[in-house]
Amino acid sequence: MEWIGFANYAVFMAIFICIYALLSLGLNIQWGFTGLFNAGIAGFFAVGAYTSAVLTSPAADGRLGGFDLPFWVGWIGAMVAAALIAWPIGKICLRFRSDYLAIATIGVAEIIRLVIKSEDWLTNSARGITDIPRPLGDLSYTMSQLAYLGIVMAILLVAYLMVERQIASPWGRMMRAIRDNEDAARAMGKDVPYRRLEAFIFGSALMGLGGALFAHFNRSITPEAIDPMVATFLVWIMLILGGSGNNRGAILGVAVVWIIWSLSEIVTDQFPHEYAVKAKYLRIFLIGLMLQLVLRFRPEGLLPEASGERKPVGKPSD
Amino acid sequence: MLEVDQLVMSYGGFRAVDNCSLSVTEGSITGLIGPNGAGKTTLFNLVAGAFPPSSGRIRYLGEDITGLSTDRRFHLGLVRTFQIPHEFHRLTVMENLMMVPPHQAGETLLANWLTFGKVRRNEEEVRQRAEETLAFLELEHVAEERAGNLSGGQKKLLELGRTMMTDARLVLLDEPAAGVNRTLLRKLEEKIAILNKERGYTFILIEHDMEMIEKLCHPVICMAEGRVLIEGDFATVRADERVLEAYLGETVGAA
Repeated sequence: MEWIGFANYAVFMAIFICIYALLSLGLNIQWGFTGLFNAGIAGFFAVGAYTSAVLTSPAADGRLGGFDLPFWVGWIGAMVAAALIAWPIGKICLRFRSDYLAIATIGVAEIIRLVIKSEDWLTNSARGITDIPRPLGDLSYTMSQLAYLGIVMAILLVAYLMVERQIASPWGRMMRAIRDNEDAARAMGKDVPYRRLEAFIFGSALMGLGGALFAHFNRSITPEAIDPMVATFLVWIMLILGGSGNNRGAILGVAVVWIIWSLSEIVTDQFPHEYAVKAKYLRIFLIGLMLQLVLRFRPEGLLPEASGERKPVGKPSD
Repeated sequence: MLEVDQLVMSYGGFRAVDNCSLSVTEGSITGLIGPNGAGKTTLFNLVAGAFPPSSGRIRYLGEDITGLSTDRRFHLGLVRTFQIPHEFHRLTVMENLMMVPPHQAGETLLANWLTFGKVRRNEEEVRQRAEETLAFLELEHVAEERAGNLSGGQKKLLELGRTMMTDARLVLLDEPAAGVNRTLLRKLEEKIAILNKERGYTFILIEHDMEMIEKLCHPVICMAEGRVLIEGDFATVRADERVLEAYLGETVGAA
């Protein structure tokens, strides 16, 4: 019966890969195509997860809601909430140069995490929100997992097609131009701060959706899940390794990194008990090492941005 | 068409542009010369709106544009190029041109979903115009190359090409000939003359290549230490003693 265990684990991993792929696509819009250094993915993830949790969970004492609404209302709400949070942040922070934007977004994500962790009336603080309904969650364990995998895959496919089309449009061309040279884009009449804000909100909404799908998959959400290591930096590694500026690369990077990340956990679980604490560092070290190797040997990622596959032009002869 | 009135740009104690006043008439190709550090590029940046002046006013087409942002000035037909080419290096040459036209239908998020037909028709028009521009610049063979892979001279042509993708009226060219080989240089001169005559572009041209200035520009303005030294036709400016002095004889021999 070993293979059933494996299959279950594979489905479990596939669901996580789809959820992370949404975060990676969102970051790709912001960093890969527009050049915005968002280091606060965890914040938007959290806003999405908690919004959907509050909207869809049954009524509970001592915290906001739950409003017991259908799951899809929660998911749309998650995107809207993440977008609404992104708006003022972007309005203020997008004026900064990209390195300052990174610092500002880390700070904002940390504020969001602390608010969630300490505000009882809003999020039930450290105890988190439970009883979040999962669509088709009443089926048997395996069927329910498979059904949820189908749902997240469908959502990922729609999101992927939407982002691809948007990036291929004149809008995407303008964004890539802003990324390549902000001054020139401005000199060519583009309203750079406004356009960046659009990309920032668009990407953040996808991150919010990813958070909501995560909360409904686990049927609960606690502040522990908003770990910047796992929800922000892992996504960055996924995007860079996969190939920023390429949506298929963004998804491939998620699959590769998540599989390594999960397998490393299986390996470290075999360690004797006295090494258990060290194992945690080891896994993070492994991911860091991987990033170093990618940056050294393949900085453009596994699947580089599409138009890069052309040969250099010969200099014209005098 | 353009009036610059007592413009000052100071960085700390240093005045890069110091009480500079000049005007440019419609239809002219005005040459802007002067030794390095004379404040020519800073003046361009001020006229283009890259940053606000410390004091002074800029009037364009009779309107005060001193407080207007770069992108708003672009929409009034005031377009610039950069001394160091500012191509969008990961975009193709074609895309570099196609991104320029203002108010494209597909530039809003929702239009790509709601009015796709309109976006496509608009794209066709823009592509057509970009193809014409590439043909004019004789760059068709690199249309699908990444702009970052172009040679320095080709990038200069691309800079000029971008100004042709909008209905420009006043074009600021910052050293269009720098780093361009002789053959390409003659071609560039021709292109600028044609754009001036046939499209009615007014040009202001910063240039160190005196041959190009002599061929194209009337009037010529010489700047030194942040202000206008003299304005007149090429021969007058060249013969002026103050100009000789400003250059300290370094380029005057070549001129």
